[in-house]
Amino acid sequence: MSAVSAEAVSGTVRGRGGERPGAGAEDGAAAPLAPGARLLPALAAVYRAQLSRARVARIPLLFVATFQSVGIMVMMRGVVDGGDEARSVVAGSSVLVVAFVALNLLAQYFGQLRAGGGLDHYATLPVPPAAVVLGAAGAYASFTAPGTLVTAVVGSVLFKLPMAHLWVLAAVIPVSGAALAGLGAALGLLAPRQELATLGGQLGMSAALLLGVLPAAHMPAPIAFARDLLPSTYGVEALARSFDARPDWLLVVADLGVCAAVGVVSLAVATWAYRRAAVR
Amino acid sequence: MRTVGKQAERAAGATVCTVRGLVKTYPAARGRRGRPGPDPVRATDGIDLDIRRGEIFGLLGPNGAGKTTLVRQLTGLLRPDAGSVDLLGHDLVRHPERAARLVGYLGQESTALDELTVSLAAETTGRLRGLDLRTARAERDAVLDELGLAPLADRPLKKLSGGQRRLACFAAALVGDRPLLVLDEPTTGMDPVARRAVWAAVDRRRAERGTTVLLVTHNVIEAETVLDRVAVLEHGRIIACDTPSGLKELVGDEVRVDLVWRTEPPLDVPEVAALRDAALETGRRWSLRLGPAEARAAVAAVTGGPAFAALDDFTLATPSLEDVYLALGGGRAQGLVKA
Repeated sequence: MSAVSAEAVSGTVRGRGGERPGAGAEDGAAAPLAPGARLLPALAAVYRAQLSRARVARIPLLFVATFQSVGIMVMMRGVVDGGDEARSVVAGSSVLVVAFVALNLLAQYFGQLRAGGGLDHYATLPVPPAAVVLGAAGAYASFTAPGTLVTAVVGSVLFKLPMAHLWVLAAVIPVSGAALAGLGAALGLLAPRQELATLGGQLGMSAALLLGVLPAAHMPAPIAFARDLLPSTYGVEALARSFDARPDWLLVVADLGVCAAVGVVSLAVATWAYRRAAVR
Repeated sequence: MRTVGKQAERAAGATVCTVRGLVKTYPAARGRRGRPGPDPVRATDGIDLDIRRGEIFGLLGPNGAGKTTLVRQLTGLLRPDAGSVDLLGHDLVRHPERAARLVGYLGQESTALDELTVSLAAETTGRLRGLDLRTARAERDAVLDELGLAPLADRPLKKLSGGQRRLACFAAALVGDRPLLVLDEPTTGMDPVARRAVWAAVDRRRAERGTTVLLVTHNVIEAETVLDRVAVLEHGRIIACDTPSGLKELVGDEVRVDLVWRTEPPLDVPEVAALRDAALETGRRWSLRLGPAEARAAVAAVTGGPAFAALDDFTLATPSLEDVYLALGGGRAQGLVKA
C-alpha cells in the first residue's frame, strides 16, 4: 500500500513539474557550452591549412623571392670580392627570402583577410587568437626554408664561402622567421587599410634588402642605427658569422637571441592586434 | 489563420535567444574641410527578439536595414552600445566569446577558406570548433556526403562556381554540432539541387537535434517556403514579426485574380459583367483583387458555363511576402494593403 502511494505522490510531482510552461533543461540553467579548441591542436590545424594554401598559391612567389636573392648576389659579385662583405651579401640575401615571404606576404595576407571580412570566420570559432597568428606565421616562415637554403648554398658557391656551418640555418630560419612573420602579421592586422598593410610589408622588405645586403661598414650613422633596429639584421649577422672558419658561437647565439626576443614580442603584439581586429 | 498561428506559437519550444533593446550606433564619418559630416548611423535601434527552439527564424529587409549588424551582435563579433542578448542562458554582451561555442556561423565572405580544398576547409573548421582529428574527419566526410560535395572534395574553393563555393562554406559551418546556426544568405548563387541539399540538411538537424536557425535573407520566395517566423527590419527597427502567413494577413487577405480573354470579354454573362467594375483592364487582361470567397465564385463563374469559351488563361495568387515587404518596408505601398 505504502509503495503505491509513494509512486502516486512522486507521479503528481513529476506531472506538476511537466506542466510548467517552458520548463526544461534550458530553463534557468544555462546550456552547456561546446568545448573550445585548445591552443596546440588549433595551431596545428591552422598551420596545416596555411601550408596547404601556401603550396597552391605561393610557390610562384617563392621562386620570385629566391631568384631575386640569387640575382642580387650575382649583381654584387661584380662589386664585392670575398671577405667580410661577401659574407654579409650572402647572409643578407638568404634572410631576404624570409623577409619577402614572412614579412611582406604575411602582412598582405592579414591585411586582405581583415579587409575582406575573412577574420570573421576565425572570430566565430572558439579558437585562441594565438593559434591563428602563430599557425599562419609558422606556416609562412617554414615555407621560406627551401628558398633560403637554396640562396645560401648558391651564394656560398658563388663567393667560395665555407658551407660547413650552414646548419645554422636550422636556427636562423625559425627565429628570424618568427621575428619577421610577427612584424608582418602585426602590420597587416594594425594597418587601418589594406593598401597600407601592403605598403608596410613592401617597405619592410625593402629595408631588409638594403640594410641586410649592403655591407654595414660604409653606412652613415643614422642608417647604421636603423639597421640595428631591424630584427632581420640579427639573423643576417648570425648567418654571416657562421661563415668564419672558427665562428664565435657566443655571438651567434646572442644574435639569434635578439631575433627570438623580437619574435616573441612581435607575435604577442600581433596576437593582441588580431583580438582587436576580430571583435569591434 | 491568426489563431492557428498563435496556437502553433504556444506549442513551440522554449525561447533559445532573447534580445532586448539592442542598440548600435556607428559614429559619423568626419566631415571634410570644416564641413560637418553626416549624422551618426543607428544600425540597430532598440531591437527586441525572441527566437524559439527548433524554428527557422528569418531576418528580412533591404540593404542597410541593420540585418548584418544585428547578426554580428548575436555572434559576438560586435559589441552593442546598449541592450541585452541572452543565448541559451548565456549573456553574450558580457561574454561575447561564448558565442563561438554556441553558434555555427555562415558569413557572406569566404576569404578565409578560398584557397583551401573543400575537404580541408571543412576539416580545419571542425578542428577549430574543438573537435579532435578523428571526429573532425568523420564529420567532414559525413557532411560532404550529405551535401553531395564528395566529388569536389579535393578542389580548392577558389576554383569552384559561386554556388558550389557557398555550399562548401555551408558544409564547413555544419562540421561541429551547434544548437544555433546563423546563416547569412546561405543559398546565394546556388542551383535548385544545392538549395534543396541545404534545406534538407537544415531540416535533418532540426528534427534530430532541435537545432535552431537564424536566417538572413533577401529572397522573399525562399523566405516564404522555409521560414517559421520572420522579422522585417527597416532602419534598424523591427517593423513586423510573425509567421509568413500571419504577416501576409497583416497586409490583407485579398487574392489576386488575373483573367486573360481570347478576344472580347463575354459581357453578356452577368457574372462577368459584374466583375468588370472591380477589374483593372490592360488589353485583354483583367486584374482583380477579391476576398477569398468572391475569388472562388469568380473563378467558378468564368471556368464553368459560356464564359469559359472566351477565356484564354487565368491565374490565382495569394499575397506574397514581397507584397508585405513593399507595404511595410519599401515605403512604396503598392502591395496588397487594405485601405
